[in-house]
Amino acid sequence: MSFIKRYLIPRLIQYVIVTFLGLTAIFIFPRLLPVDPVKQQLTQYQTFGVYVSPEQQEEIIKTLKQLYGLEGTLWDQYIMFWKRFFSGNFGPSLSRFPTPVNQLLAMALPWTLGLLSVTTILSWIIAVIAGGIVGYFRKKWMEAIDILIMIIRPIPYYITALIFLILFSYIFPIFPLGGGIGVGRTLSFNLQTILNIIKHATLPALTLLVVGIAWQFQSMKLIVQSIQTEDHVIYAKTAGVDEKNIVFSHIIKNAMLPMITQLGLQFGGIFSGALITEMVFTYPGIGQILYDAIMRADYNLIMGIMCISVVAVTTSVLFLDLIYPFFDPRVRYR
Amino acid sequence: MKKVNTVKSLIYDLFKDYRFVVAFIIICIFILLVILSFFSPYNPQRMYQVPSGLPPSFKYPLGTNWLGQDVFWQLTFAVKNSLIIALVTAFFSRIIAVIIGILAGYKGGTTDRVITTIGDTTMVLPFLIILIAISMILKDWTNNFFNLGILLAFFSWAWDARVIRSQVLSLREREFVKVAVLSGMPTIRIIRKQLLPHVLPIVFTTFINNMSWAIGMEITLAYLGLGIDPTVPTIGTMLQTAIYRQALFMGLWWWLLTPIVTAILLFVALYWISVSLSEYLDPRARFQRIGFGK
Repeated sequence: MSFIKRYLIPRLIQYVIVTFLGLTAIFIFPRLLPVDPVKQQLTQYQTFGVYVSPEQQEEIIKTLKQLYGLEGTLWDQYIMFWKRFFSGNFGPSLSRFPTPVNQLLAMALPWTLGLLSVTTILSWIIAVIAGGIVGYFRKKWMEAIDILIMIIRPIPYYITALIFLILFSYIFPIFPLGGGIGVGRTLSFNLQTILNIIKHATLPALTLLVVGIAWQFQSMKLIVQSIQTEDHVIYAKTAGVDEKNIVFSHIIKNAMLPMITQLGLQFGGIFSGALITEMVFTYPGIGQILYDAIMRADYNLIMGIMCISVVAVTTSVLFLDLIYPFFDPRVRYR
Repeated sequence: MKKVNTVKSLIYDLFKDYRFVVAFIIICIFILLVILSFFSPYNPQRMYQVPSGLPPSFKYPLGTNWLGQDVFWQLTFAVKNSLIIALVTAFFSRIIAVIIGILAGYKGGTTDRVITTIGDTTMVLPFLIILIAISMILKDWTNNFFNLGILLAFFSWAWDARVIRSQVLSLREREFVKVAVLSGMPTIRIIRKQLLPHVLPIVFTTFINNMSWAIGMEITLAYLGLGIDPTVPTIGTMLQTAIYRQALFMGLWWWLLTPIVTAILLFVALYWISVSLSEYLDPRARFQRIGFGK
């Protein structure tokens, strides 16, 4: 009972507050836009050469305002925003009218989720094991890994993605330049399609893996170095426990806890990095439609993407917080 | 006399670290480039001043681009402008981080809780999307080094404020601070004389990290066509122009490679300086180098 009261409920409250603040921020920002989406739509009609009489124009403005949730005072709009959010209806996309934003998001989300979850979990596991081994043994040849990580670590996602694109698509054309499954193909369950998906996802995944591993490897090594000097490790060593055993069940096991905290703190950055990577490789995920939305000033779509992103990131962090007690008995029995 | 010795030993210790030496040399080269930019024979924003598309040669050390600009002289401006943005960002975000960190740590209570919640929110949010939205909204406003720097500063104080806060929390319980409080020292003076000196090492190392982050953000925003006007050379706009004008397809590799290599050297140099400095200043501060994922 005390676990629920002291751990679970504060976490849930924090989750609700953070999500609420984030979504409110999202509501406020686009309303500062100097670009009036309604006026923009009207000019678009006029450039098509459609004659619109003043009465009709009034009617159109009213309808569009209703469509984009720009009716009434700011407070009314805010209430409407939450209604839309809870009903999961972000209205139609401006650039691909009249496709609803939901549909675009639903089409893009699986791509991003697939790429992001696989690379995040994989890079975390690789970094924890590699960082544990390198941090513990510190052999001479491992210094090369160290220097390599020190070089990769500060380079942002965009540059890494660009280097991979240039290297493996232009200079050595092993992988396709971009896209999700190739031109003119439809999603279906056969070997050819799956191979194609893997081929297209390799470079974006590689980018996310390399950057993710470099980030977490550093943290892991430092954590290992501090655990190494703890009494239980020194005791195990003097007692003659097998080195492999020490690394895996004494050091890595203990380092996993701070590493989960790290992952939670970095997740916002990892998510943003995934979006940028998708843009570079024109991978058909959230990042790609975000790029389109930015280029065409698609108001509703940006709103939808921002909402989805905030909820996705805060929920992932909550999820990490909730699995924490499974790894740490101190949290469970406090 | 003692002071001279400590400075000497500081420099001596730092130069024993190969990372610091390498980074120092790279930074010196970049500073030289910045100085050279003041003697540039060309206006960086004007086009077709030299023959276009020439490969690197003695006359044009890094070749010329398709727009008839000398890539080397463009680079000198790009480095200068990117560093200006980075310095503005780092300066303002340090100010915010120090004020908020000390306030939260020293005041405690409700102030602390409110500030920590706001900080946690900005940390957890996918800041990139919000940054993109704001730079779209304020497109004309961010078209200026100073304003862009301030905008970036507002997105990068949270993690460092948190580190400063935890430092201040532990300092507050130390005896010398208690003595100062009991002897009736005014709060402002306590903060300035007792707390600030202990916080400064963190401020300094995070300053460099923050510069690196700002340069990366500028490059990312330039890729999206946001931030600085594309005709003003920064590392980001240089790279974006080369990509947008299909430098690689036309075989002008020097045009594309220059900003990429420059960016990588700059990131590595800044990171290595911050790592070796923070290890020197406080071995326990190694944990900072874990850094906040940006």
